[in-house]
Amino acid sequence: MELTLWTYEGPPHVGAIRIAASMRDVHLVLHAPQGDTYADLLFTMIEREGRRPPVTWTTFQARDLGSSTAEMVIETLKGACDRYQPQVLLVAESCTGELIQDQPGALAKGAGLSAPIIPIEMAAYTRKENWGASETFYQLVRGLLAAKAPKPGEERPARPVNQSPSVNLIGPTKLGFRCRDDVIEIRRLLEKMGVRVNVVAPLDATPHDLLRIPEADANVNLAPEVGELTCDWLKRQFKQPTISTVPLGWGATRDFISEVIDTLGLDMDPDAVGESRLPWYSRSVDSTYLTGKRVFIFADGTHALAAARMARDEMGFEVVGLGTYSRERARDVRALATEYGLEALITDDYLAVERAVTELQPEMVLGTQMERHIAKRLGIPCAVISTPAHVQDYPARYSPQMGFEGSNVIFDTWVHPLIMGLEEHLLTMFRDDFEFNDGAVPSHLGGEGGGGAQQPDNVTPITPSEPGAVAWAVSAEKELRKIPFFVRGKARRNTEHFAQEQGLSVIDVETLYEAKAHFSR
Amino acid sequence: MSQVIARADADTLPEVTTERGERAVFCGLTSIIWLHRRIQDAFFLVVGSRTCAHLLQSAAGVMIFAEPRFATAILGERDLAGMADCHEELDRVVSELLARRPDIRRLFLVGSCPSEVIKLDLANAAARLQGVHDNRLRISAFSGSGIETTFTQGEDQCLASMVPDLPAAPEGAQRLMVVGTLADIVEEQLRRHFAQLGITDVDFFPAARADDLPPVGLGTHVLLAQPYLSDTVTALCKRGAKLVSAPYPLGVEGTLAWFQAAAAEWGHSADFVHEALAIPLARAQKSLAKVRESLQGRTIHFLPDSQLEIPLARFLRDECGMSLTEVATPYLDQTLMAAELQRLGPDVSLVEGSDLDSALARVRDHRPDLTVCGMGIANPLEAEGLRTKWSIELIFTPIQGFDQVADLAGLFARPLVRERQLEVGSWS
Repeated sequence: MELTLWTYEGPPHVGAIRIAASMRDVHLVLHAPQGDTYADLLFTMIEREGRRPPVTWTTFQARDLGSSTAEMVIETLKGACDRYQPQVLLVAESCTGELIQDQPGALAKGAGLSAPIIPIEMAAYTRKENWGASETFYQLVRGLLAAKAPKPGEERPARPVNQSPSVNLIGPTKLGFRCRDDVIEIRRLLEKMGVRVNVVAPLDATPHDLLRIPEADANVNLAPEVGELTCDWLKRQFKQPTISTVPLGWGATRDFISEVIDTLGLDMDPDAVGESRLPWYSRSVDSTYLTGKRVFIFADGTHALAAARMARDEMGFEVVGLGTYSRERARDVRALATEYGLEALITDDYLAVERAVTELQPEMVLGTQMERHIAKRLGIPCAVISTPAHVQDYPARYSPQMGFEGSNVIFDTWVHPLIMGLEEHLLTMFRDDFEFNDGAVPSHLGGEGGGGAQQPDNVTPITPSEPGAVAWAVSAEKELRKIPFFVRGKARRNTEHFAQEQGLSVIDVETLYEAKAHFSR
Repeated sequence: MSQVIARADADTLPEVTTERGERAVFCGLTSIIWLHRRIQDAFFLVVGSRTCAHLLQSAAGVMIFAEPRFATAILGERDLAGMADCHEELDRVVSELLARRPDIRRLFLVGSCPSEVIKLDLANAAARLQGVHDNRLRISAFSGSGIETTFTQGEDQCLASMVPDLPAAPEGAQRLMVVGTLADIVEEQLRRHFAQLGITDVDFFPAARADDLPPVGLGTHVLLAQPYLSDTVTALCKRGAKLVSAPYPLGVEGTLAWFQAAAAEWGHSADFVHEALAIPLARAQKSLAKVRESLQGRTIHFLPDSQLEIPLARFLRDECGMSLTEVATPYLDQTLMAAELQRLGPDVSLVEGSDLDSALARVRDHRPDLTVCGMGIANPLEAEGLRTKWSIELIFTPIQGFDQVADLAGLFARPLVRERQLEVGSWS
């Protein structure tokens, strides 16, 4: 039994719904009690879908238990087949369905239905949403393609000379992070390289489209949380290589281009494929203030890994915390964290993440909707980089994260919540003016995201930030107040740590400057 | 599947069609969202699955509060396989929780579909835990599971679980108990109006503080502020209380009749109430008149969701001039709806239960000007060019009493006003 306030991922059957909802001509029958239908609103409200997810629920109640739930399953299956005429019918259970052991998959196979059936085992009590999406997509692809796999030892036929090279984009789904726009962006990028996109799946694909997957030369593992299992299987069964660089960020996009060229054997200058404004924006003088900004990153595995690289190498930030809720990607995230001299935070406990952010007091948080709330509470600027996300992260405008345009979008998104370069100096210069007050939020910021207005030290009288810490002399306290509010919290904590290390009981002005010298880089 | 249930008094009451099939309603756990705002020192611990936790945060509009006063103890495979003793695990989780939240005065263990199916006895667990934590808070259990409750029924189960804790009222004392969650502002207004009627011995249940438990006994008159409290009423009546039959305080007429029914128990005539409340009554009528223009002559269709459908339909038809294409409700409690059904009359298509696909087919057939439905269905209907109102908003917004009448009508008017105002193309 595990105490949970908020959950980063839904249950696995929500992952199954994401696959069904992403595709066309697929229908999902879920054996689930009344109430589980709330999942519809994730799609219709958060992603503003104009159609209900293609799911029919048995919605059994207590009075049905023990007698008629198996009949309900069969009736529901038949009703869904007749009404929706799907090319493929997926059958699964939610957590409660699993407990009553009606085995809807077996019932479906014996029910003489017109549509081909693919049953999915959901493991509701050990697994979560992304696993459910990954498993459902894999079972679907395997179910449709297993019989078509070449025999062991049989070589994959070479691409005819007059046929342009092609890839499949594997993994994008509904309720993924900016999948709609990432697919458009990566398709454009590949087309510019003369590479045809054969099938995008699951997003907007039909089962018939899935049958064409083996025709492509390679699979792009665009959303590993969902697509990796399937890409691995296709590699084994169809000898289709996987292009595994996720083009999130300027450097990763260039690596992606190189990997596409290598994998498909193209003759092409990787530098000529396209460019981003990120390098110049990041090198321009106004961006100097970004240097060494301490950022905390927590996201799904893919976005956490990509954000860490971008933050350090492309924005010039200092990554002070890195973590993920995707246990499936824990190894990769741990490895990268070690490279950054950090210990990765692998957890799905929202409170553990909050504790880490509180302790580290970063200058910016890159996270999910959850971290947006943590950051808001602590008065730290924040940008959302991954699911779970709220309705505002499904924007009307074209807003990809991947490819060169994606890195432009990310540059803007990350810079926006921060105080801009020149403005930082002006704030310092004018901070004693009567018109200025510490609660003032930078002019370019609206209500959301930040500034120092809610910083705890604006409201807390100056007492040591931790119990047992040293006391502040009045003079030092006055001096501390002269430090701009947005770095004051950090200065205070650094000074207190320094004083403790030195075994001092009182911090005076000298201590303050000693500490400043000690911590300056 | 549907069948018409024949009624003896078919001339005056609506005929009820019962439907069985797919249901698109929240489960009772959803009630936690407004209950925990109302009872400000209560904590709701759902014993369930990740689905329960996910439902709560999704229905709550995703994570509004940094640390909410609800949580889920998620059952894992070890619990289900019997490798861990569920009761020991629960004790551990509760201790963990109470250590972090010393401010909590009442803990509800909330049953879910999985906990019901594995027959985890939470009432027993609550009694055991009460023994352990006896000097610091009350602990009780109720079920919010989807197999037993829909949406607002969770509140019914919660309040019913508190009834045994209510102190006994002294004999001979006449008190009014208004039952059902209301916004603080509404409670204050209603209290003032009761005072104008000379009724001052009024309790609201649930109160904002978990320890403010109203007394119950032979002199208790129960007046329902919400229409979904069947089990709570039964439990209160078992303790001697008497249910006042009344329509619900929605709309000018509903509110007036509600006050009149209560005042009658104090020996006041209907005219006396009319006179005593003349000022708020006139104010409500005046403010409603402005909104009414947008609703007059339009058609409205209720899909089954919140249990508020019948009183809302009555208000929108009788006071706003709308016509009803269909009124569906998850279940029908004839006793609690008696006064409403009388007012609704025989010429209404009333459906109990749900068969989602055929219900939607009827909406498409009627093409009403406005459809009241759950959040999962609203945008798909909008995409078909139909205007909708999410029923959950009717639960979260203060809508009861005279001074909320115009706000209530406004909730229905806004989508129609918006439709007229927008000069952009349709979704498709």
